[in-house]
Formats: sequence, C-alpha cells, structure tokens
Amino acid sequence: MTVEQPVTDKPKIPAIELKQLRFFYQPDSWQLYLPELRLDTGEHLFVRGASGSGKTTLLNLLSGIARPVSGELYINGQPLHQLSSSKRDTLRAQQIGVVFQQLNLIPYLSVLDNTLLSAHFAGKPKADSLARARELLSRLGLPETLQQSRASALSVGQQQRVAIARALLPKPTLLIADEPTSALDSDNRDAFMRVMLAEADANGCTVIFVSHDQSLLQYFHRQLDMQKLAEGVQPC
Amino acid sequence: MLMKLARLSLWNRRGTVLMTWLSLTISIALLLGIDHLRTEAKNSFTSTVSGTDLIVGARSGQLNLLLYSVFRIGNATANISWDSYQRLTRHPQVSWSIPVSLGDSHRGYRVMGTSTAYFEHYRYANAQPLALAQGEQFNGVFETVLGAEVAAKLGYQLGEQIVLSHGVGAVSFSQHKDKPFTVVGILAPTGTPVDQTVHVSLEAIEAIHLDWQQGAPMPGRQLSVEQVLAQDLTPKSITAAMVGLKSRMATFTVQRQINEFKAEPLTAILPGVALAELWQMLSMVENLLLLISVMVLLAALVGMMTTLLASMKERQREMAILRATGAHPWYLFVLIQLEVLLITVLAMLTAVLLLSGSLFLLQDSLAASYGLFIGLNVIKLTTLYWAAGIILLAMLLAVIPAVSAYRKALADGLTVRL
Repeated sequence: MTVEQPVTDKPKIPAIELKQLRFFYQPDSWQLYLPELRLDTGEHLFVRGASGSGKTTLLNLLSGIARPVSGELYINGQPLHQLSSSKRDTLRAQQIGVVFQQLNLIPYLSVLDNTLLSAHFAGKPKADSLARARELLSRLGLPETLQQSRASALSVGQQQRVAIARALLPKPTLLIADEPTSALDSDNRDAFMRVMLAEADANGCTVIFVSHDQSLLQYFHRQLDMQKLAEGVQPC
Repeated sequence: MLMKLARLSLWNRRGTVLMTWLSLTISIALLLGIDHLRTEAKNSFTSTVSGTDLIVGARSGQLNLLLYSVFRIGNATANISWDSYQRLTRHPQVSWSIPVSLGDSHRGYRVMGTSTAYFEHYRYANAQPLALAQGEQFNGVFETVLGAEVAAKLGYQLGEQIVLSHGVGAVSFSQHKDKPFTVVGILAPTGTPVDQTVHVSLEAIEAIHLDWQQGAPMPGRQLSVEQVLAQDLTPKSITAAMVGLKSRMATFTVQRQINEFKAEPLTAILPGVALAELWQMLSMVENLLLLISVMVLLAALVGMMTTLLASMKERQREMAILRATGAHPWYLFVLIQLEVLLITVLAMLTAVLLLSGSLFLLQDSLAASYGLFIGLNVIKLTTLYWAAGIILLAMLLAVIPAVSAYRKALADGLTVRL
C-alpha cells in the first residue's frame, strides 16, 4: 500500500492526519469541513463542541464507520477514505478503541467477556488476551471477584472503566472517547480521567476525547474547538 | 464468542424467547405428528391384510366391509347365512377361507369367532403367518386364544377363565357369565388388530347365544354348559369371510360371481382396491391437515420473526456496542441467524420429545379404538426432510430481522438514538 508521506520535520507516520475533509448526508444540508488536522502518536486531543456541532459525525469518520465525501483521512498512514467498509471495520477492530458516554457494556455478558469482545473482533488469540484483560481490569480497579459478575451489576463509574479496559485490550493506536464522563460525578470524573490517560500513555495510545465540559481541558495537550470551525460546520 | 453472545442474548430475553420457543414447539409437533400419523396409519392398515384375495360380507359398501371385517372399526350391517358361506367354500376356485363372526367383546377387546383356518391361512405384514407365543389353538368350544396385547394388558395367563360380554362396548351390562372361556393360547405380537382380538371358535359364538334372543338372555330358558354342548352348534350365520383363491387370475371372475349371487345379496371386495379407495378418500383430508399444520408452522415462524424484529429496537445499544468494538455488520447478521437457528433446533428437539411422549400416552387408545398401530419412533427420513425444510424456512424468514440489524448497524454508526 502506498501512503503519501506528508512533508514534516518529523519523519514518523502521524497517528491521525486529515486534509480537506468534507462530509454531509445530503448536499444541501449541513456539512462538516475540517481543513487540516494532524495528531502524533501519543498525543491527547480534546474536542470541544455542543451537541449538533458535528462531533459525533467526526467520531464516526475517525472510527471508520462513516466515510468522508471528499478529502483525505489517514489513521497510522492507512488511507481510511480509500478503504472498503469491511476493511475499515477490521481497522477499527484492531487499531481503534471506542468509549461511549454510558451504557458501554452488553448487560448480559460478564465484565471479563465484555472486555474480551474487542480482542475477539480484532482476531487476537483468546489465551493471550485473557491474561492481559485480567491485568488491565485489575489495574483499573476491578478485582477478579468483580470480573465474573454481570456487567449490569456494576456502578456507572465501574462500567466506564470496563469500557476503557475493553478499548485498550487489543493494543489500539487510537482511543476515541465520546463524553465518557458525562454520567459521572466530579470525584469519579477526575479519577476516571487520570486512569484513562495513564492507561493510554502506558499503552502508547493516541487519545481523542470529545466533551462539552471545558473543565476537562486541563488534562490535554491540544484542543479542537468545533464551534470555531464556523464556516464549515453548520448546526442542523 | 459468537455462540456465547447468541446464547446469552437469548437467555437475556428469555421471556419472549420462551413464548416463541413454545409456539414453535407446538407447531412443529403438530406438523411432524400429522405426517407421522398418516404414514403410520397407512403402514398399519396395509400390513393388516396380506395374502387375502377377497373379503366377502353382506351387501354393503366396500369400505364399510373392509373396515368392520379386518380393522374392527364400526359394525356389520348384516350377516352372511351359513348356507351361502358353505356354497362359497365349495367354489372350485376357492383355495381356503376364514369365517369371521363378530359382535361380542371382552373388557373392550373384540371377540372374533373363527375356525382354525384362521391360524393356518391368515397373513399380515409381508405375508407373515400368525404364531402362538404360548399354548395352542382352540379345540374345545369354551376355549379361547388371545391376541398379544389382550393378554399383556389384562395380565392373562394360560388356563385362566374369562367371561365374554355381549356387544362391543368397553363396559357391558349383559355378560355371558354362565359360560366362561379358558385361555388355551396366546398369539405373538403382530402390530395389527389381531393383537387386540379375543379368538374363539364359531361354535362358541353360537353356544353363548343359544339361550339369547334379540340381544338379551331369554328369561326361564337358561341353558347350562352341558346342555349347550349337547346341541347342534353349527352357526346360522357369520359376519364376513376372508377368501384365498387358487389362482389370482380368477379374482375378478369370482368377485363378480359373488356380487351376482342370487340366493343372498353379497359383496366381495379386493382388500388392496378397497384400501386404495380409502387412501383416495383420506388423501384430501390428509393434505388439508398437512396444509393447516404447515400454515400453523408458518404463523409461528412469522411470530418469531416479529418478536425478533421488535427486539431489534431494544437491542440497538447492544448492536452499536458490538459494532464500535469492531464487529462487521455481517457479524450482526450471522448473530441473528444463529439465534433463530438455536431457537428452531431447540424447538424441534422438544417437539420430537413432545410428540413421542404424546404418542406413548395415546398409543394404546389409538390401537384400541381405531385399530391403528402407531410406532413411537417419529424420526425417519421424511422427518429429516421436514426438519431441513423448517430450518431453511426459519433462516429465510430470519433474513428480515437480520438484514434490519445489518442495515441499522450501517446507518446508525456509533450513535444510538434512544
């Protein structure tokens, strides 16, 4: 696969690179337009925007669920805008971890099985994943006794931590979090942020964190303000 | 993991799944049951008469004659006089004949008066002769040979004394109490109405009715066993006769001669032809029943599909999580199909159990009231065809919710609109 190497001062491949990215559902409705964004491996980006500002669409694009209408989008040098839907699914399974606002877990599976799902879809052997899953969960404050219980038995804070473990299990290069703290109180929120970013750093993972909560900005290296993309993003 | 997901997801929705499973079980059991009954009934009927060329009875429809003479279903309209029967046996083409005299019973089992020719010439299934499991043929007037089931169900041994009842009901108020019979033989099982028959000689039938008139004992004219035996016990009439001919070629000629017999209105039938007519008559009912059960199955499958389709809404979150974690839309499609497969196969297994169970419970009463011997083994080649067809149909219908899951997965992306 030939990858266009951007001319930069650093020779390594960026985690995310997008150019002239444009997306719309219908040509006459609102559009998402991002002229340029480049994120190096290990960088943490805070994306701020109110609902309707297009951040969910951005996440769909970055995770390969939606496909840009025009422009270029590279994840680890792979041209996502050129890959087929099934290749994008594989890429997501192997390289991207996703954490939602809440209800991240499948209620009828155990905590451990929920975590193992990501490794299953990434096609990693179960034996290797099992030990790593247990270790990740323990580090995130979910002891072995909790790992066998049903996901629905956990508190929201615990569920969000399981979601991080699941997202990080297949060693993704990119972690996408969509307002994962919105259901947490402030104590839990700070603990969650610290644990998430520490684990991401430990795994060498790039983080894209979406939230409208300005107070979380302190945890991040960079920020992208969706509202400032006024010319491109028109609320629906 | 896929299997675990399907299994646990079904368990998570066990309320609706249970109902779906139940309706599928019932409809599959119905379908397999009707299919089983019709093939078994055919087998049972066909194996009952073998080697008999003609059945002769009083003038009636051929089905009626066939049913009452061989299958003990219904009753004779009239009898054949002993003279006519004697003339029949003297016909040059007739090789052997078995007289049949019906009308009495013993605790719900029919009593058949016949001659020893019965043990010699009667054939069932693939031309198998009757065999005695114990004892011997009847010789004396008050001796009886029991069918296998009569002996087994009522627990009779050789040498035991039994009393016959007048009429064919299970409970009879007029019994031939004064003239008990001794069990001298028990037949080996045949899987035909023979198993449920109490066999006595024609003379015995005559003997127990000597002091009766118009179906009731004549008051003041009770005859003792000794008095009866002293009398002439030549029967005055019989119910029907099974006839074997010297040459099969003559069958139609002899049949015509009997049907045109001047002295008495008689009917002769070919068992095979009569059975064919029976099938033809039943085939419409049979097909209708089958059609209805297929429709019931279809309704149950559509019901399952509806339930699945309705559950897609509450499972949107589940699907989105799987999708975000890296599942291809195809994975979700296969997941739904697998769930359908699990429910259907499970329902099929319980249906077979349900069917076998009900057959086990109903077998005796079916045999007793209709002379139908229905085997318990419902699994045969056609069952496998049905099973394959049902699974195929279920999977085909499951394409609708599965495609819905697939398309929703593509359209919704990572967001879930709750």
